[in-house]
Amino acid sequence: MVTPTRKKDRIDALAASSGESDAGVSLAASAWRTLRRSPVFLTGATIITLFVLISLLSPWLAPQDTAEPMLIDQVVKARNEIPPPQPGHLLGGDLQGRDFFSRLLVGSQQTLIVGVLATLIGLAGGLTLGTLAGALGGWVDTVVMRLVDVMLSLPSLLLAFSISAMFARPNQYTVIVAVAVVQIPVFARLLRGSMLAQRSSDHVLAATALGVKPGAIVFRHMLPNSLGPVIVQSTLVLATAIIDAAALSFLGLGNPDDRVPEWGQMLGDVQNVFDTHPQLAFWPAGCIIVVALGFTLMGETLREALDPKSRR
Amino acid sequence: MALLEVRDLTVVFERKGEQPFTAVDHVSFDVEPGQTVGLVGESGCGKSVTSLAVMGLLPRRGARIGGTVNYEGVNLLALSDREMRDRRGRDLGMVFQDPLSSLNPVIPIGVQVTEVLERHRDMPRKKAMVEAEDLLDKVGIPDPRRRLSEYPHQLSGGMRQRALIAIALACRPRLLIADEPTTALDVTIQAQILALLKELVQDMGTALVMITHDLGVVAGLCDEVNVLYGGRVVEKAQRHELFAQPRHPYTHGLLNSIPRLDAPRGEKLSPIRGSVADNIPWEQGCAFAPRCPNALDVCVQRTPEQEDVGGGRLLRCHNPVQPVVTEEVSV
Ligand SMILES: Nc1ncnc2c1ncn2[C@@H]1O[C@H](COP(=O)(O)OP(=O)(O)OP(=O)(O)O)[C@@H](O)[C@H]1O
Ligand SMILES: [Mg+2]
Repeated sequence: MVTPTRKKDRIDALAASSGESDAGVSLAASAWRTLRRSPVFLTGATIITLFVLISLLSPWLAPQDTAEPMLIDQVVKARNEIPPPQPGHLLGGDLQGRDFFSRLLVGSQQTLIVGVLATLIGLAGGLTLGTLAGALGGWVDTVVMRLVDVMLSLPSLLLAFSISAMFARPNQYTVIVAVAVVQIPVFARLLRGSMLAQRSSDHVLAATALGVKPGAIVFRHMLPNSLGPVIVQSTLVLATAIIDAAALSFLGLGNPDDRVPEWGQMLGDVQNVFDTHPQLAFWPAGCIIVVALGFTLMGETLREALDPKSRR
Repeated sequence: MALLEVRDLTVVFERKGEQPFTAVDHVSFDVEPGQTVGLVGESGCGKSVTSLAVMGLLPRRGARIGGTVNYEGVNLLALSDREMRDRRGRDLGMVFQDPLSSLNPVIPIGVQVTEVLERHRDMPRKKAMVEAEDLLDKVGIPDPRRRLSEYPHQLSGGMRQRALIAIALACRPRLLIADEPTTALDVTIQAQILALLKELVQDMGTALVMITHDLGVVAGLCDEVNVLYGGRVVEKAQRHELFAQPRHPYTHGLLNSIPRLDAPRGEKLSPIRGSVADNIPWEQGCAFAPRCPNALDVCVQRTPEQEDVGGGRLLRCHNPVQPVVTEEVSV
């Protein structure tokens, strides 16, 4: 986890980079040329492509029903025995005698849904606040940015934890909301920074010199040119959102219905048997780490490729 | 009454905890329809600030503006934000120095042209597109229909500046301000753009304020020239008079620092010594005195007043360059 101050600085640095980009479209093209040859980016992109494909196709890929305790007769609670790998059950069964491999595959679906929805909601909230602050300035800016700074100064997981703990009955959707709210200040600060850079840009001055109305200046000239860093940040936020969501589920603040598998929750379920059956924790934890890593690799390389300062 | 009358325009930048800085100091000039007036001077002498003040583009906070800017007898400085916004792009157009950064990178050229037409002439999008194609054609962009859907980075530098000129002239403003419109372009393109501006000004009877540090541009385009130093006009004259006989040592120096093809071999260029940073405040004397080859004691003791020295020339100097009869400079 990055410390709050570093987080703020990084957001601001990213925001500033948008002001220097001379031509958005050609910048994207040159970034793509760099990325196509970057092994790091390609690794991340491969991981994410596989992840998305698996989660979309998992209902058909999964060999067994994820809710059916078909191996329950092999579970011996007293002797702490669980079903071992066997034909048709690649990774054996879990504590409830359900096929572990199938649950792992289908679990990717929840992770994808939660990650994407939380990021989209966070994005929507952040864009609204950031646009308000960046476009209106003055006291609106001051109020919004104070709020954002307070939220950024708290560790994001702690904040997400507190938010989801406020709901009486936690479920899948409260996880999404909690994780999304935590991302709002990141996007808001980022967008506001790039909007400010745009406000003093030449083409905005040129548009003002043509008598273009303030609304059009904001939505046609400032906002579209400020989105680059925000899009990059979304990729990184996906990684955080997935980890945060898994952590909430692990802590029992996720979907109480465990027939729908979810990686964080699968991890939480096996806390007590971790020393005897580490593989039950290893697989879901590994999946979370690899997917988060995939998004981070993509996001970081994307950011570097789009940052004019790091271009040679 | 001239189309644009700038009287004693003064811009003071004020920032908390800092000395107020006078970027433009009692600058006055007139522009008639069809006339081109040049504002010339080194970097930092206040050319851009003057143009931004006329366009009402200086920030409300931090900049104190004095004097009057009359456009058809209306003082633009006294107008409300909304009134000024309606005039910008319609009555007053502006062309900026860097054509790439002055165009919105994520919007096709066509939309950037139609935006002004829709804004000020209430044209429906379709009709505006036809008009936009016409405008691009008029400023000499080949294959205008295709260019309408292209993005700024797909155009060459010269074409971008043509597009910017098309946008600025879309609503046929009666006054056009061009702030170093050719500085970012290479020499052949510079000449083309200047020729284009000259042609448009003649055809449409537009009044043009030409801002430049390049006396070559002035020589080819301007009717009247204002030479600025440290925010004040130090010499104002008709183009031919100015080139034939620069009276202010600063103007003289500027002219002598341009390379000339007809100069005798081996003759050295004589750049003005020092830099704009070596200023003394106008309140104490002549700001140019520390760099001036003609400087006298009085120059650092008393502020030179602007004097009419005849022949339509205004001069602000205690010890001007004396007219040399033998030296004929033809432009
Ligand atoms: N917003 C501002 N706040 C404070 N000072 C400013 C501001 N804008 C310009 N200045 C100062 O006013 C002076 C004149 O600037 P201006 O941009 O008019 O120069 P210029 O003659 O256009 O030079 P150049 O040829 O480099 O464009 C400069 O010293 C500049 O630092
Ligand atoms: Mg300038």
